Amino acid sequence: MDTALSAHRFHFAFTIVYHYLFPQLTMGLAFLIAVLKGQALRTKNPLYDAAARFWVRIFAINFAMGVVTGIPMEFQFGTNWSGFARRAGGVIGQTLAMEGVFAFFLESAFLGLVLFGEQRLSRTAHTVATGMLALGTWISGFFITATNAWMQHPVGHRVLPDGTIELESLSAVLTNPWLMWQYPHVILGSIVTASIVVASVGAFYVLVRTHEEPGKLFIRLGVAAGLPAVLLVAFPTGDRQAKNVAVKQPVSFAAMEGLFRTERGADLVLIGQPDVERMRLDNPLEVPAVLSILTHRRWNAEIKGLEAFPREDWPQNIPLLYFCYHIMVGLGTILMAALGIAALLLWKGTLYRQRWMIWTLMFLLPFPYIANTAGWVTAELGRQPWLVYRILHTRDGVSSHVSAGNALFTLLGFMGLYSVLSALFLLLVVRKIQKGPEPSPT
Amino acid sequence: MATLWFCLVAAMLTVYVVLDGFDLGAGLVHLWVARTPQERATVIRTVGPVWDGNEVWLLAGGGALFCAFPLLFATAFSGFYLPLMIVLWLLCGRALGIELRHQIDHPAWTAIWDAVFSCSSGLLALFFGVALGNVVRGVPIGEDGSFFEPLWASFEPGAASGILDGYTVLTGLTAAAALAHHGSLWIVTKTDGPVQDRARRSAEVLGWVTAALSIAATIWTKFVQRQPEFLFGAATVNPWGYLFPLLAAIGIGASLWFRRRRRDLAAFLASAAFLAGMMLTVAFSLYPTLLPSSTDLSRSLTVHNASAPDAGLRTALRWWIPGILPVIGYFVFVYRRFAGKIDLSEHGY
Repeated sequence: MDTALSAHRFHFAFTIVYHYLFPQLTMGLAFLIAVLKGQALRTKNPLYDAAARFWVRIFAINFAMGVVTGIPMEFQFGTNWSGFARRAGGVIGQTLAMEGVFAFFLESAFLGLVLFGEQRLSRTAHTVATGMLALGTWISGFFITATNAWMQHPVGHRVLPDGTIELESLSAVLTNPWLMWQYPHVILGSIVTASIVVASVGAFYVLVRTHEEPGKLFIRLGVAAGLPAVLLVAFPTGDRQAKNVAVKQPVSFAAMEGLFRTERGADLVLIGQPDVERMRLDNPLEVPAVLSILTHRRWNAEIKGLEAFPREDWPQNIPLLYFCYHIMVGLGTILMAALGIAALLLWKGTLYRQRWMIWTLMFLLPFPYIANTAGWVTAELGRQPWLVYRILHTRDGVSSHVSAGNALFTLLGFMGLYSVLSALFLLLVVRKIQKGPEPSPT
Repeated sequence: MATLWFCLVAAMLTVYVVLDGFDLGAGLVHLWVARTPQERATVIRTVGPVWDGNEVWLLAGGGALFCAFPLLFATAFSGFYLPLMIVLWLLCGRALGIELRHQIDHPAWTAIWDAVFSCSSGLLALFFGVALGNVVRGVPIGEDGSFFEPLWASFEPGAASGILDGYTVLTGLTAAAALAHHGSLWIVTKTDGPVQDRARRSAEVLGWVTAALSIAATIWTKFVQRQPEFLFGAATVNPWGYLFPLLAAIGIGASLWFRRRRRDLAAFLASAAFLAGMMLTVAFSLYPTLLPSSTDLSRSLTVHNASAPDAGLRTALRWWIPGILPVIGYFVFVYRRFAGKIDLSEHGY
């Protein structure tokens, strides 16, 4: 592959994967903070206020990281992907500009009020401000997902003879059938991350026997919000999302599932290593006919394998695509099982005495991050070799006159900068967790 | 329709310069007007609740630019690749400086973030001025409609120069001085005691420096950008255009006058009028050009050849108007909530 294209692709991949570590927490955490503030308002129990204040501090650090790593994303459409911006700007310019007007202002205004306004606003107004902040993060997520959904499944546009893509119907873009399942899938995934983070920090407090009261509250909140979210991530949103891929991007679907040959009653692969050269899966562990049942609700339904499609339509990195998809599904299943057991113990009232479960909850921390990231990598690799599915090739979207050297220079710059950011982020978050929730605003 | 969007984008970027201008300016003079850790905390607190919202105008303006003029966005952003990436790193540094400083209360920690905040604010102000200078001077747009400028090449302004040449460095310094003046006046309105005194003195010097540099930059502009209708030429076609340079001149004059009479808020608002006047003068002079070509004028990007189709622009207007109205509401609300002098005993998180 040509070096400049690889440098630009890796530039975007690196910066977006790093960026999404933060919004995937803040979109869910803002919601949980609003829940805590609502409980505080209703019960007048100062424990909820202290808990909300603690999580607002963690939120603020993550939000700031999301902002500083997010601005480069908007810029890169023009700097590194000017072919894409030039051809598709008539459509994606709309959704990205809408994000600015409808979400960024709302978020920044209400974040200022949430952070600095507790003494200047009434209790109700401060609670409303946390709710508005959550709304802002969700609107932001909506427009970004809408942009991605259009790239995956373009609707509401017209391609002009010179290759420029013109907007025909904004409402069609915003009600894209792809978006209708992808967006809730993304938001629920974010609630899962936030719930696991909250429960995991709570488990840490319970295990080290400091801040045990708020620790138990965090576990309760994390399990109570996390279990429904992780179930909904799988059914119906994940299931319907997979069906969208199967119908609209069948070649990506075959690659994700590791299905090389067209089969009736296709097996569901749990584990195995794809060997693209020999068109087979090594060491497979499969459940018979389940893939056909899940996809078409019929045990003998035919599912097209990669062989049914011309090679130039295949995603370029099939093994990575396959692994990311299986990692997402596998970790989702593990989270579902762990949260299910924890919820059962919580309901029986014995959760805090089951140390092994508390330990498990604490160590779940990285799983939702990996699962969410792997899910996005699946979506983006699956779309290859297209930037806009079946309309614009990735190689035609790149800034052709920004050389590999310049792209590599800024990529290395971002890597250096983000290493510093990571160190600072960990330092500050660890300090906040050490300090723990406090009863009064300081 | 494209003309209307040109006005909207110009207006959004002007709002950005006026609002984020005082944050950047406050950062630029931060190390000088505030000496003790306590004083520096005060200066940071003057911008703490608002800087992020102000920066959003840049993102929203950039988004509107992308939406209305995708070809300009693609051409300019890829052509100005290196300076934009540096701006991104500086924006990151500025944000870190403000947000991290108060996290750990140790002199070594706060000293580092004060320096990061101040340096990145100053360089950002400079780079924004350089960017504006590049747009006015024009860029070497090639036959395929794109260009790529190195950071520096020839320092004589023309088709062979890079991002930085004599002229764009002058516009950069003008912007830095103007924003430092604006930021000093902001600090004057938000503080009292020794910080306010030093900010007043810095505003006094910077006011005159800004006026002098602006005149020098205006004169050089007439030599660099030789399109006859540029700058005051455009105003002879449409006499309303004289209003913008007039606004700028009155703004800086009034700002100097009010400051001497210690009418601090009036001086700050007059400085805002000066910045708006300068920005709108540039926008008015450029129109209908968006990005002039320094090689062959026929390759310049204009509102006509770089805009999205009319139907898309009309759709965008239908959501932009209801979208922007509440934004004005939030800004009025937030600025009123955080009005008045800074009181460090009030805690945030």
